[in-house]
Amino acid sequence: MAEVEEGCELFSAGHRACGGCGPALAARLLLKATGKNAILVASTGCMEVFSTPYPETAWGVPWIHSLFENAAAVASGIEASLKRQGRSEKVLCVCGDGATFDIGVLCISGAFERGHDITYICYDNEAYMNTGIQRSGATPYGASTTTSPAGKCSLGNLHKKKDMPAILAAHGAPYVATASIAYPNDFVKKVERAINTPGPCYIQVHTPCCTGWGFEAGETLNMAKLAIETGLWVNYELVDGVVEKAKKVRRKPVEEYLEKQKRFRHLFKPARQDDMIASIQAVADANAERFGIDIKRKESSE
Amino acid sequence: MLEFMEGSHAVAEIVKRCRPQVIAAYPITPQTHIVEDLAQMVANCEIDAEYITVESEFSALSACLGASAAGSRVYSATTSQGLALMFEVCFNAAGMRQPIVMTIANRSLGAPLSIWNDQQDSISLRDSGWLQFYAEDNQETADLHMIAYKVCEDHDILLPAFVCFDGFILTHTFEPVALPTQEEVDAYLPAFNPYQRLDAANPLSLGMYATPEYYMEFRYEVDRAMQRAKQAFVKAGREFGEQFDRDYSALVEGYRLEDADTALVAMGSICGTAKDAIDEMREHGRKVGLLKIRTYRPFPAPEIADALKGVSTVAVLDKNISLGNGGAVGTEVKAALYGSGISVYDYIIALGGRDVRKRDIAAVVDLAEKGKGDIFYGLRTEVL
Repeated sequence: MAEVEEGCELFSAGHRACGGCGPALAARLLLKATGKNAILVASTGCMEVFSTPYPETAWGVPWIHSLFENAAAVASGIEASLKRQGRSEKVLCVCGDGATFDIGVLCISGAFERGHDITYICYDNEAYMNTGIQRSGATPYGASTTTSPAGKCSLGNLHKKKDMPAILAAHGAPYVATASIAYPNDFVKKVERAINTPGPCYIQVHTPCCTGWGFEAGETLNMAKLAIETGLWVNYELVDGVVEKAKKVRRKPVEEYLEKQKRFRHLFKPARQDDMIASIQAVADANAERFGIDIKRKESSE
Repeated sequence: MLEFMEGSHAVAEIVKRCRPQVIAAYPITPQTHIVEDLAQMVANCEIDAEYITVESEFSALSACLGASAAGSRVYSATTSQGLALMFEVCFNAAGMRQPIVMTIANRSLGAPLSIWNDQQDSISLRDSGWLQFYAEDNQETADLHMIAYKVCEDHDILLPAFVCFDGFILTHTFEPVALPTQEEVDAYLPAFNPYQRLDAANPLSLGMYATPEYYMEFRYEVDRAMQRAKQAFVKAGREFGEQFDRDYSALVEGYRLEDADTALVAMGSICGTAKDAIDEMREHGRKVGLLKIRTYRPFPAPEIADALKGVSTVAVLDKNISLGNGGAVGTEVKAALYGSGISVYDYIIALGGRDVRKRDIAAVVDLAEKGKGDIFYGLRTEVL
């Protein structure tokens, strides 16, 4: 962890995030990992808005916001400029899932293909929260959002979450990882590894949104933890495209995660949707199979 | 020393001498020769720059914005559909006060698809906060790049600029051009000195959002900088003239206007054709002149009114159309001359690369003197 002056957070308190905001915690952890020698590029979105209403800023490192979809391209230019000047700052993008999975894919693909020395952090709260909880390519199967609402003839979002880590690994990214704010030390270590790995690296950090998902503000970390414990979110690392490490768990049924969130309430009330719940369980089972996360008998947890 | 060269090559040569540290560009006809030449110069170590081969024009300008914010002089070039794709970044770069210089090889916009010249592309970005300079020939195109960097990077201005020259008509045309040496350019254009930059030693937040309590003041500041750019351009143009003997200190430039009854108003390469047509008309006793607009943004309304105060009729040649309301230049010239009593007529001409000859210019003058204007000139009615 980079050295931070005692009593001084690089991501300041007093910003305007909701109580219990997952992305705000991710921002704080992120700067603990980077320390002062970093330049951050933000996309338009929740984190940008709650942290920088002019003339206030929460950021203790150089920070720039241009547009919704161009953070990776702006970062490409910054990296090229620093290289030309012989400067040492690490360049990071910090963008939401809508900016990453949907509208920014062109710029991200270009930046990763060209091999800029940047670290792209996607804080994934699984929908467009800043505009009022619309679905994105990161929204999980079965979630109700304002543009994929559950209704008499719909059970919510019927598209499966896009596999962005695999897409970026396929670009030849040397280091791709997923993380969760429920495991802060793991997230910090992954950021440190990414910024110290030459070339474009990607970290997708799960950041539950109490407002958008519909749970009590005090439950944010529990929700993040349950996502891991059910296998609906897997913390893993892809080094040169190969799974190096995935966090093992004694899996719980997905219902324990789903039933605590308003976005999945339609799967339980007014009538229980067994088929849909089974389909979501199948997503978790497939994750477990793919990453080998199930703790077998007599095997100890990592 | 005059050298015979293609317009695009002249641009690449002068950009090289302006020492951009980061170049980001995406190929599009008729801009390609510029960015190919620059890529070769980078490959030959003739220019000490990072060249980012971006995946779109949108990323080209985004990368320039980032590099500029990090403290580098930057360059890009585009046209037409590429500029349209940059629309969002254009407004953003101006609002963020990044002194980016970008060449526009003027080309029409689809549909229908057309690779040929008019000025619809850059004129459609007139409200974006970019300075817009239009060149008549390849010498002026090259020279305006040096002036553009000087004006944009002035800490009293800090705005981006388009240097516009007509696609194919200039980009692909060989003309004699006097290129200053590296030493001469260095003497005119100092090394980039960013007003502020992304720097871990002095952390700043750039591009924050503004509530209704602050937004309007940001826009006002950009407009004030635009207004100040007039004087900055005049100064930079005068200094250029002192060093290189080519004077660009005027935002508008008259040709045989002193005793003219009828004045043409135009921007870009069509001014050359108009000057030749005027010479011929003058031989027949017609008192015709030309007012060339060099800086479309900031728009030199008082300078136009002053230059045209002696004429009775004005014919504006518009290589663009604000669909539903005539040509953009004509509309603004009419506003500049409001209350003067001068008859102002607008002619939509040469869209999508249609050729304009001296006889067309003479025909426009005839129409204006007969009081017939605000029309598309040269329509092929048989295909309508």
